[in-house]
Amino acid sequence: MIEFQNVAYNYGGGELLSEMTLTLAPGSFHFLTGPSGAGKTTFLKLCYGELLATAGRVNVFEADVKTLSRDEVARMRRRIGVVHQDCQFLDHLPLAENVALPLTVSGRAVTDTDVEDLLNWVGLKSLAGHRPPELSGGERQRAALARAIIMGPDVILADEPTGNVDWDMSQRLLQLLIELNRMGKTILIATHDLNLIRNAKAQVAARVLRIRNRRLHLAGSDL
Amino acid sequence: MKLPKLITGDMQAGRVVPPTGVIARLTGFTAGAMAFLAVFALALSLASGRLADRWAAALADSATIRISAPPGQMETQTRAVLKILSETPGVASANALTKEAEKKLLTPWFGPGLPLGELPIPQLIDVQETGKGFDAEGLRQRLSAEAPGAVLDDHARWRRPLVRAAERLRLLGLISIALLTGATAAMITLAANAALAANAQVIRVLRLIGARDSYIARAFVRRFTLRALGGAVAGTGLGMLAIAVMPAAAPEGGFLTGLGFAGIGWLWPLLIPPLAAIVAFAATRFAAFRTLRGLS
Repeated sequence: MIEFQNVAYNYGGGELLSEMTLTLAPGSFHFLTGPSGAGKTTFLKLCYGELLATAGRVNVFEADVKTLSRDEVARMRRRIGVVHQDCQFLDHLPLAENVALPLTVSGRAVTDTDVEDLLNWVGLKSLAGHRPPELSGGERQRAALARAIIMGPDVILADEPTGNVDWDMSQRLLQLLIELNRMGKTILIATHDLNLIRNAKAQVAARVLRIRNRRLHLAGSDL
Repeated sequence: MKLPKLITGDMQAGRVVPPTGVIARLTGFTAGAMAFLAVFALALSLASGRLADRWAAALADSATIRISAPPGQMETQTRAVLKILSETPGVASANALTKEAEKKLLTPWFGPGLPLGELPIPQLIDVQETGKGFDAEGLRQRLSAEAPGAVLDDHARWRRPLVRAAERLRLLGLISIALLTGATAAMITLAANAALAANAQVIRVLRLIGARDSYIARAFVRRFTLRALGGAVAGTGLGMLAIAVMPAAAPEGGFLTGLGFAGIGWLWPLLIPPLAAIVAFAATRFAAFRTLRGLS
């Protein structure tokens, strides 16, 4: 699905990520952890082509991201659902339209039933007509997850999906992601919440990656 | 991105961009004002063209020789002038006006009861030139030697600079339309850039969820094109109305009363709204793709 080959990323002020080699196999579940500023978000951005590696090679769906045209990048992103840390909605559109937006921009038919079912699955059906600023942090995170999966993506990337929610809500979001993984989706969650990771590992075979000193390490029993 | 599809379809593409409020209204107002001015520039250009054509036609026509002589010499001098003209290269024909024809010419000024026989009215000779024309200076010298009472009035010569002036005026009208088109494009580009900058976050979100550049551009292009079209329709309508209520052109009227459209010329302003829409389409598309290329 996603493959990093000796990837480095340089912000201009120095190297943030270095010598990263990794393969996300289909149906796998990964956590990415590390201290704030370690480069977790940058790593995710490299996965969906918002940033390009300054060295090495990132292959997504067997294509080198650097060689893709802008339209090919757009098509690639339709196969990757991303839950951003700050959710990023279009505040002038109601929740249902925001969730359906990936379908809309890709020219696929949007049926109210599909959107309703999805909102029901994340527990937001009653808020379909509300605008994003009217939602709480947890509701926004669930809505972002709904938008990320509406296209039926192969890979789901989540950047601190439980960062702004309480424990109960974080467990609910985790359950949704585990459920998606059981449906065969490849999951990568960037988080610094070790309790979330421990809880997940009790339920699913998840690998934990840690960014330390600009490099990627496989975390073990120290968690 | 086809223009008809832009106008008729994909309303959803327009919805993803929040309303741009003042910017959109300014775009409509700018397009309307430019269209209003373009109507006048077009009217000026067309009127100048008609004037130039009319004067040019007159230029090709004729000259006049006026003979003022004592009654006993009038006939002799008239014959002498006609003989000179028959020998002058560039003169196609020359006819001495009859008393009746002269009376007809003078009637508008002196009324129908003019006692022509009692007034010292000069004899007029209408001279038709060939395409190349004649040597006016040479003819004058010969007339002064052989018919001292004859004066050549080659009025066509003084009309020539007027025709040139009218042609320049027509050109200026066309240049004005070109400048208005360019100014409209520049202003819409600036407005589109402002809208794109104000919606940078929206664009980023759309890119991240897999929107292609053409989809995002269409949202902006559609909005600005329709705004410009609406404004231009209003501006053109008002401009045509203003031209229509101007005093009607009359043969004795001056240039200003002739400023307007005639016949099929009324169709020309109808091209202004589509032109404004095309300009807005191109300007916004250019601005949108340039901005999008700078984003990941």
